[in-house]
Amino acid sequence: MPETLPKAAVRAEAARLLAVFEGHGARTVETPVLQPAETLLDLYGEDIRARAYVTSDPMMGEAMLRPDFTVPVVQAHMAEGAEPARYTYAGEVFRKQEDDPERAPEYMQVGYEVFDRTDPAASDAEVFAIFSDILAPHGLRAATGDLGLLLAAVRGLTTTERRRNALLRHLWRPRRFRTLLDRFAGRAPNPEGRNALADGDPFAGLDAPDIGLRARAEVEDRIAALREDMATPPIPEGEVALLNDLMSLRETLTNVAENLRDLAVDMPSIGAAVDRFCARTDALAARGVDIENLDFEGSFGRTTLEYYDGFVFGFYAAARPDLPPVATGGRYDALTRQLGRGREIPAVGGVIRPELLLAAGGGA
Amino acid sequence: MTIKLGVPSKGRLMEKTFDWFAERGITLSRTGSDREYAGAVTGIDGVELVLLSAGEIPRELATGRIHLGVTGSDLVREKLGMWEEKVRELAQMGFGHADLVIAVPRAWVDVTTLDDLDAVAAAFRRHHGFRLRIATKYHRLIRDYLRDNGVADYQLVDSQGATEGTVKNETAEAIADITSTGETLRANHLKVLSGGPVHRSQATLFKSRQAPWDKAERETLTALIARLDIGD
Repeated sequence: MPETLPKAAVRAEAARLLAVFEGHGARTVETPVLQPAETLLDLYGEDIRARAYVTSDPMMGEAMLRPDFTVPVVQAHMAEGAEPARYTYAGEVFRKQEDDPERAPEYMQVGYEVFDRTDPAASDAEVFAIFSDILAPHGLRAATGDLGLLLAAVRGLTTTERRRNALLRHLWRPRRFRTLLDRFAGRAPNPEGRNALADGDPFAGLDAPDIGLRARAEVEDRIAALREDMATPPIPEGEVALLNDLMSLRETLTNVAENLRDLAVDMPSIGAAVDRFCARTDALAARGVDIENLDFEGSFGRTTLEYYDGFVFGFYAAARPDLPPVATGGRYDALTRQLGRGREIPAVGGVIRPELLLAAGGGA
Repeated sequence: MTIKLGVPSKGRLMEKTFDWFAERGITLSRTGSDREYAGAVTGIDGVELVLLSAGEIPRELATGRIHLGVTGSDLVREKLGMWEEKVRELAQMGFGHADLVIAVPRAWVDVTTLDDLDAVAAAFRRHHGFRLRIATKYHRLIRDYLRDNGVADYQLVDSQGATEGTVKNETAEAIADITSTGETLRANHLKVLSGGPVHRSQATLFKSRQAPWDKAERETLTALIARLDIGD
């Protein structure tokens, strides 16, 4: 079993953090431990079942033990929240650790979330600066990223809407994204069976009836789409190279601003996202964050469970590479759009794991 | 102390297991009445036969209540997280072959690979408003496989039997099940995705890593392995 600190010490640390966030104007919210499974499954897909504890309730049906706070806090805000709003919370989350029994399946999180549409750059900087101040005595390494840049770069590729959407859908699955990008760039052949659909009657020789909910028309639509796709020219070599450059950036925040402005000359589609990046960097500097020494990684945030779509950050115990990140966070505007059914509110926030903070040592 | 050997308590899997051991000079047999799940071992000392449902053998191995067990390699992978930490394969026994496959309607002429399945899942969700359903009882194996291959926008629906019928009955759009000949799939107008099965299963003799392995038990195991000629 994983090493554990006395729960009382962890609770005391959580209470301390909660008080710090309250001091920044956040209102404390409580959320149920039992969450309706359907909402989480729709957001995260079937993979969440491998990571969250699923149980069933005779009245609410399938339920999950809260795997994170973001979803219920967004829902609570959407249901009744006044704007702008700042929330904090502390409590257990539950994650199955099938692949790593050393990691705790149940642990505390203390979070801070900002719902404010006036100045996203300032909100990003506010959250990061508060986290940075709290964590400063522990000597953690911070890393940041910006999924907004990647999303803008993909949306700007010279290709069909369908290809862009396929890439956007898999942005958070880097391997699959790479496979699709290679194919769309003409670097990898079509998958097996695809070329046989190029012409002629694809239903010739079919010796089986139509069964199931997916109708013949849906099959025909997809074949038409595949034919169109096979006739689509590859994404230009240069654009793929620029996208690769963007994804493999590893620099300090100050230096990366220069790189991004250079990239934006050849990749005008990321211009607005680069402006947002620069506004955020200025806001971070104004908050006293040491941007000269803050790391930026182009692909940071692409493998997390969360639906971040802008600024992302994590804090790591450099001396304890075996530990998960002590704190993580980011912007999740798209999540509020999905949960809000037509309504949306720009949102940014993060969580600290008090137990890991204590384990990292070096506290005040 | 004796080594406990868990063997499926009925059917072809039990008979084939008995045959496999008999060919190697060890006789396993059921004792008492037909309905009593008690067994005997002759040909080697210190081994006790425990008759169990094949589906329970993985769990008994993982907890260490039995030292050795015969069951399908698919069941061990499905039922045990990090199975390699809990059990070790001693011998693949050469029977009980079955492939775990993903199958879709043959009328889906646009679908050959997992790549197609992923694209269809995205379109299906857009069109129907819910995630494409795959009926199976192999939840862990299928979920891991689809995740590793970057398939999204699907859901697994539990099906403990007659899984091939779920598509026609419109309770699922695709299925994942074991098949040995593919006959049932064909009869239900389904085809297997290309790219090889999710898992090629066969009856396998497993050793528990959790069971108490004291000196006497280790010696018995060494003798058994020599008798079975399966190496260690």
